[in-house]
Amino acid sequence: MSQDVFVVAEQAEGAFRKVTFEALSEGKKIAAELGGKVTAVLMGSGVADMAGELAPYGPDTTLVVDQPALSEYLSDGQSAVLAQLIEERKPGLVLFGATVLGKELAARTAARFKAPLAGDCVTLKCADGTVSATRPMYGGKVLADVVPEGALKLLTLRPNAFEIVAGQTGGSVENLTLDVPESRQKLLEKTLESGKIDLTEADIVVSGGRGIGGDDYTVIEELAALLGGAVGASRAAVDEGWRAHADQVGQTGKVVSPGLYIASGISGAIQHLAGMSSSKVIVAINKDPEAPIFSKADYGIVGDLFEMVPLIGEEIKKMK
Amino acid sequence: MEIIVLLKQVPSTESIIEIEADGKSIKKGDIKWVMNPYDELAVEEAIRIRDAQGGSVTILTAGPDKAAEAIRTALAMGADKGVLINDPQLDPGNSLAVAAALAKAAQGLSFDLIAAGMRAVDDDGYLVGTAVAEALNIPCVSMVIKQEIKDGAIVCHKTVDGGTAVVESSLPMLFTAQRGLNEPRYASLPGIMKAKKKPIDTKTLADLGLDVGDFAGCALHITALNPPPERKAGRMIAGDSPRAKAAELVRVLHEEAKVI
Repeated sequence: MSQDVFVVAEQAEGAFRKVTFEALSEGKKIAAELGGKVTAVLMGSGVADMAGELAPYGPDTTLVVDQPALSEYLSDGQSAVLAQLIEERKPGLVLFGATVLGKELAARTAARFKAPLAGDCVTLKCADGTVSATRPMYGGKVLADVVPEGALKLLTLRPNAFEIVAGQTGGSVENLTLDVPESRQKLLEKTLESGKIDLTEADIVVSGGRGIGGDDYTVIEELAALLGGAVGASRAAVDEGWRAHADQVGQTGKVVSPGLYIASGISGAIQHLAGMSSSKVIVAINKDPEAPIFSKADYGIVGDLFEMVPLIGEEIKKMK
Repeated sequence: MEIIVLLKQVPSTESIIEIEADGKSIKKGDIKWVMNPYDELAVEEAIRIRDAQGGSVTILTAGPDKAAEAIRTALAMGADKGVLINDPQLDPGNSLAVAAALAKAAQGLSFDLIAAGMRAVDDDGYLVGTAVAEALNIPCVSMVIKQEIKDGAIVCHKTVDGGTAVVESSLPMLFTAQRGLNEPRYASLPGIMKAKKKPIDTKTLADLGLDVGDFAGCALHITALNPPPERKAGRMIAGDSPRAKAAELVRVLHEEAKVI
């Protein structure tokens, strides 16, 4: 029914993405305002046992489609399954995490149903039955208030932007077997960085820029490891080949919203700021007292990052 | 290989974006318009594929008159011809409408492969490329960092959450380009001169057999645009020595900001 909310419960390698819990929590709030129900949609191969892990986030129903053809990295199978479920159960709203897969699935669903898609939402509201959202545009330089119209509305939610509300009770679980069409794609291999915290999900990001001067990011990596955070890099560092593109924070890289962002040896170009300005707290460490980043940082230290970053690490160890 | 590249003209990422008085659109006056950086990757890759396999590269764009400049830049890089869907009734903010128009135009051209940028740096939608593939019912692989065509199929290395994956897909298909795919070339002077003579066809929605009514109801209405919350300058951490500064920073992060 149109007051009902679907939440795509994205998982990979036997674990749900953190944004799945964020989306379920938010979906629950919106469904309550709309007077509808929340359905978690769990698709994959060998995932049936995971359904119970969603219970604390309170889905009224969890639909499980556990079939070998459903890869967690390709959207062909999942998009076909999701379309069948949407046609059958007619939710008014579908929430996805704004992950690589989530964005692909959402785009395919939007095209298939000609349903408007609000991508990378950072806030969601429901008033008088109307769902509205805020989403960044121009790499975060502008926040757009948007109202999707139509019977089916699709939204992808930015990781780390919504609160997780646990301690709720899950409802029924339905195991379904659906017709998954033969995929025109084949997964040949995958290479996952084990143990590495996803930049977009991290609560703490320690970034290094041109000031690092080379590909030796040891001081950054050590501080990040100490804080349980992720390592980021500026475009300058990535262009020099010092770090992989996947580590780039900025308008043509990733947009991150951690609780703490430590920018070391980063001058603060407009495009870098666009990628991290929604961080709760920004710390800047730079040799140059005139670096533009200091005007956007909550706390700044003028100094040599190779001296300051290890000292900060030592002081943190003393505190723990 | 007949290759189509989807291209969008967007404000340069250097642009300072200001909001109009009506609060619903951006000021276009001082903006420098450029080829979407991710589309540059798609153009470059398409040219390389054509040079290796033979065929042609057609640039397909939806936009106003000045979008032809961006097509011309792609032609100067080495693409062969362009098609510009230029119709005031086509709302550039309605991504599904744009995708439908691009897909219809692509259907009128024959193609083996479509290359697109993974997102446009103005709307950050990650939508049009994938939506065009869905409309054409061809497979789509997004965020591609490397590709190889062999034995009538295409093998793509792509970004996935937490790493990379290698995916084989049948042709025809569409892929979206991610940074790392290649280093786009600068247009050479001879390239720029040759580009002046390459054809750019203009089409309206009517030419494509489309009506603006086809897109009613799939728009994402923007009710307001706001700047992000202003970040004010905070404070510089003082101290007699680097260690003293480090200690003070850790103290404030723990006690004041409470982030560690």
